[in-house]
Amino acid sequence: MAENLLVRIEDLNKAFPGVQALKGARFELRAGEVHALMGENGAGKSTLMKVLAGIYQRDDGNIYLDGRPVEIHGPHGARALGIGIIHQELNLMNHLSAAQNIFIGRERKGRTGLFLDENAMNKAAAEMLASLKVDVDPKTKIGDLTVAKQQMVEIAKALSYESRVLIMDEPTAALNDAEIDELFRIIRDLRAKGVGIVYISHKMDELKRISDRVTVMRDGEYIGTLDTEKATMDQVINMMVGRPLQTYVRSEHGGVPQPVALEVRRLNQGRILKDINFTVRKGEILGFAGLMGAGRTEVARAVFGADPIDSGEVLVQGKKVRIRIPKDAVREGIGYLSEDRKRYGLALGMDVQANTVVATLSRFLGLGTFLKTKAMTAVGAKYIETLSIKTPSQAQKLKFLSGGNQQKVVIAKWLLRDCDVLFFDEPTRGIDVGAKFEIYKLLQDLAAQGKAIVMISSELPEILRLSHRIVVMCEGRITGELTAQEATQERIMQLATQRSSVK
Amino acid sequence: MNNVLKSLFSANARQKVLAFASLVLMIIVFAILSPNFFQMDNLISIMLSTAVTGVLGISVTFVIITGGIDLAIGTLMTLTAVMSGVFISYWEMPIWIGLLGAIVTGALAGGISGTLVAKLKLPPFIATMGMMMIAKGLALVISGAKPIYFTKYEDYNQISQGSLIDLNGVVPGLVIPNAVLIFFGLGVVASIILNKTVLGRYTFAIGSNEEAVRLSGVNVDRWKIGIYALAGAIVGIAGILISSRLNSAQPALGQGYELDAIAAAVIGGVSLSGGEGTILGTIIGAFIMSVLINGLRILSVPQEWQTVVSGLIVIFAVYMDILRRRK
Repeated sequence: MAENLLVRIEDLNKAFPGVQALKGARFELRAGEVHALMGENGAGKSTLMKVLAGIYQRDDGNIYLDGRPVEIHGPHGARALGIGIIHQELNLMNHLSAAQNIFIGRERKGRTGLFLDENAMNKAAAEMLASLKVDVDPKTKIGDLTVAKQQMVEIAKALSYESRVLIMDEPTAALNDAEIDELFRIIRDLRAKGVGIVYISHKMDELKRISDRVTVMRDGEYIGTLDTEKATMDQVINMMVGRPLQTYVRSEHGGVPQPVALEVRRLNQGRILKDINFTVRKGEILGFAGLMGAGRTEVARAVFGADPIDSGEVLVQGKKVRIRIPKDAVREGIGYLSEDRKRYGLALGMDVQANTVVATLSRFLGLGTFLKTKAMTAVGAKYIETLSIKTPSQAQKLKFLSGGNQQKVVIAKWLLRDCDVLFFDEPTRGIDVGAKFEIYKLLQDLAAQGKAIVMISSELPEILRLSHRIVVMCEGRITGELTAQEATQERIMQLATQRSSVK
Repeated sequence: MNNVLKSLFSANARQKVLAFASLVLMIIVFAILSPNFFQMDNLISIMLSTAVTGVLGISVTFVIITGGIDLAIGTLMTLTAVMSGVFISYWEMPIWIGLLGAIVTGALAGGISGTLVAKLKLPPFIATMGMMMIAKGLALVISGAKPIYFTKYEDYNQISQGSLIDLNGVVPGLVIPNAVLIFFGLGVVASIILNKTVLGRYTFAIGSNEEAVRLSGVNVDRWKIGIYALAGAIVGIAGILISSRLNSAQPALGQGYELDAIAAAVIGGVSLSGGEGTILGTIIGAFIMSVLINGLRILSVPQEWQTVVSGLIVIFAVYMDILRRRK
């Protein structure tokens, strides 16, 4: 066994109520390597790393550090062992300054031991940030920094523990190209100093650029480890999905151009949205691509009347309409399927039928008061059938359905409202691979039936696979529009990181 | 209009300045409307009536900054006053033991509320509502529902009503009661705890992002219990002040004080969603409440209407808080 093996994880099991998250998972990390950890959503990468970082306790299995078995008691214990983690969702306190965030939990005190030594902390934080070449005043409140800067502070914080093992969970998700370069420079510096880095990411090109080895997980299990240099993209993807890559069929928009279903003109909203113009035609899937925080969801919410706009026009079927609140949008046949369906789209404690008819209840009222049970049952059965919703009965509570089937119930709800324009915000988020393809098929079927579909997605393969046209956003403005034929991952990323030169 | 308001209230500091400005404005208006308002004895009386609410406001400021709320402070104040009476009047122990008893009672009750919130994960609203009723009941049980008088112990009354700073010779009527001095002194100490100590840092940090603090290896539960206990101890000080001023522990008194205290904190810019607030802001907020009540009383506005106006002020202050956070 290699001398410089820093971490070895063997036969790790971890169950959560209802899910076996890790099944005999394995992983190893050498000092001075960047080891990528890959897998689909729910493959267990984050869970495994949270066990290593002491956030979850394992059910059984062994963790060795420098060849010695260790027990990791909580995040504090992990940190004492030199294991640091940077979470996907930033774990910072917005009301506190950068320095206060970095030193949370180990505040420096003055000579009396009673009072905080703010100066010492600011000074030390300034040095740490400077060593990363990050331009942040340690006294700035975190809430006043950009997401990228916030992340840099989090990295500085993790490094400040002199971690020998640094886990980064999708660190580039919200960064632009320059910031990613900066991050990679930092990672290379750390690698040169002998730090072992676990790099969780979905992005293939990044793995090639930064990682030495890659380990793939699927369904909580260890699948294999490859040297990045020798690995091909297809190999890694095969390991991830457990079957050969599906042939890549592009949607073609055949035949005569259909009439425009929705047009948005010169939409502005404070500093969030600037001069948004786009159209979507009947039978078309318009993809909205961009990085986190680019303003895609905000466009949907603004058009849907969920957030107030400063100026702009919305035309439905060529007719100018006034949308102030979501009710207006629904009246005009616009539906919005939120990215967070559990929070905004569904009543999880209610059954399939109730969720399907909840937005159209007035249609099922007899004498204006009583619910027409038979009619509701008929409608419920119809959509379970047409959308192939997998549920034992209409009376099944939503919380017992899988993510994919929950999503279908949301779709049924909007179809029942006769919406002609549907905004799908991250339609496959949190949905497992198999069910994803069903949702894709459903979207394509809806388009084929003449619905106009706007699909917001952060997953480029999804955008490329489904969209007839693609609009790319960056920092609240549309930076480009591509046809399905022109679009490539590179082209989209370029537009998604194209910042405005004038501020 | 909304935008103007929003930009005015974009920063916490501005809210404090604004609260202070409205306090000054209120004082000027009342002074013009009534010659009686600006009399020295009236000003002293305002300060005296602010002291108890202000101390309770300081207590609840800590809890609100963690993102919680404490509804128990009003009746807990009564329970601590009763305990002070039990030690001093019933058991005839030295006065200082009575004071200690009140503060320890407050800290224990606060610690229990904190434990319910931190360990049993009860919503603070519910946990402290339960504690509010428990404290109210215990105060009645222990005292036999009768006031406990301190008349035999003259020093006790001096804690609140005496004056270490008697400037009667310099400015006629300027005799600042000890209650006010204790209130201000406590304000300074609380401000130092909040801004210069680890406990204060975690108070803000927990209110800002509790999970992040936990993941940074801080024992959040323990600190939370500590913060609630500190808040309870401060309630004990309020209990001493009010019983000393009335020269008795009145077991039926107390309920309703918590709302005035919470209102003072919110008016002073303490954000109900946690992570933001200052002791100075709360003190200004407490003064706004009592100047308003005092001024309306001097203008012979009926008490019922005074309450209505206080309610409007609270709603306005919370709306400002919402505007501020919406940015």
